[in-house]
Amino acid sequence: MFKVFKYSFFDLVRSRWIYAYLLFFLLVTTGLVWSGSDLSRALISLMNILLILCPLIGTLFGALYYYNSREFIDLLLALPLPRRSIFLGKYLGLAISLSASFLLGIGLPMVVFGVFSSGLLTNFLTLLATGIFLTFIFTAIAFVVALKSENPIRGFGMAIFIWLFLSVIYDGILLVVMMYFESYPLDRFALIASLFNPVDLSRILIMLQLDISALMGYTGAVFRKFLGTGTGIAVAYSALACWIVVPVLLFIRCAGRKDF
Amino acid sequence: MKIIDLHKAYGRFGVLKGVDLELKDRAITAVLGPNGSGKTTLIKCLLGMVIGQKGDILYHGEPVGRGWAYRSDIGYLPQIARFPENLKVKELVAMIRDIRNQPAETDALVALFGLDAFMNKPLRQLSGGTRQKVNILIAFMFDSPVYILDEPTVGLDPVALIRFKELLLAEKRKGKAILMTTHIVHLVEELADEVVFLLEGKVYFKGDVKALKELNKSESLEEAIAKILELEKHV
Repeated sequence: MFKVFKYSFFDLVRSRWIYAYLLFFLLVTTGLVWSGSDLSRALISLMNILLILCPLIGTLFGALYYYNSREFIDLLLALPLPRRSIFLGKYLGLAISLSASFLLGIGLPMVVFGVFSSGLLTNFLTLLATGIFLTFIFTAIAFVVALKSENPIRGFGMAIFIWLFLSVIYDGILLVVMMYFESYPLDRFALIASLFNPVDLSRILIMLQLDISALMGYTGAVFRKFLGTGTGIAVAYSALACWIVVPVLLFIRCAGRKDF
Repeated sequence: MKIIDLHKAYGRFGVLKGVDLELKDRAITAVLGPNGSGKTTLIKCLLGMVIGQKGDILYHGEPVGRGWAYRSDIGYLPQIARFPENLKVKELVAMIRDIRNQPAETDALVALFGLDAFMNKPLRQLSGGTRQKVNILIAFMFDSPVYILDEPTVGLDPVALIRFKELLLAEKRKGKAILMTTHIVHLVEELADEVVFLLEGKVYFKGDVKALKELNKSESLEEAIAKILELEKHV
């Protein structure tokens, strides 16, 4: 597995897209910190960007990378390697190189602008952790989708739909349900519903950490009320970890049964 | 290596319907058959890239199941040479060597097929024939006991073809078991110790070239094959 990872990673590190992604975060972070006077504001703006962008890039790159490396995968399948290591190696190669771009893109400017001496270090680290979680989650989801459909157009469509669903539609449905059943106690329902959406979870996690009640929203408030800040953060992290493990197991299973 | 009663269907469309086959050491087995008769699927089953619904593939008497370690004894040449396009030939060879982690001998093969000039070129710049030579290099650079070749001669020029035939015979003399699919009849006549004729997912004929000619009293192998195909159309 390590060898597959090594070759995938170095192949990706040579690709233009990874640098474009890095450059984007560098520019945005620098711009945000420069234009606003205060670092904590910049962190909140960054949060909004990464909640949309990390899942989107993870999904798109995941599908794109899978379809682009079909040749490489075919080559590897004929070699004495278990399928599990081939696909896990490819996945880690992609997820880690994307995370590295994200980490450097946000981290470098923040370090330069003095995040270490600002007292916001924990908040900043939470931000980085969520971005990395989201990258790992959505690349895994994209791998599942791409393995399931031979046709790249359909695969891309599916992957983008899942991103759209979890980023936008899911919240909309939740909102409609809550308005419709206004008169019932919905706290528990909202709490459980948010566990099933990694984007929501990440938002709640950052809000709990930043402790901004005004921006917490309904689910965030419920989280804090029921679990308290400490337990809330722990639950959110564990749920995010599940969101990585389940799709990864799923795509390993798909890969084991597929005909190439 | 042995195949016992192998079945494979894609959805409801049966491709292999009970194929039995044995790869003997020190022999070249040629698999013939019209397009879509299941040759490539058979080969992919042997490599575990496609998983059959029924039947077994035995290597040294052990069913391979979903194992992978037996593949270190196989040199495989895929039908369509698909490589990571950005890699240079040299890097590709080094990578496969590193992943297989077995001793490899490349210099002689590179010289045999005149690949020296191409080793530093990325694969996307290579012509079809050169890619096929790279394909051959990758399949034969390890000293594997079994070779599985899917249309190995596609795109090769006459010189390379002669060299390739010599290579195959040399490997056979070393005691290797070789399986290849091809449409080129004279190649079969020249090289094959055993011919397997696949038709609609079943073994229609198994035996040597002489027996196939005698089967329908043909002068040449070409005629014999044509007769089989004609016959099937009328039925």
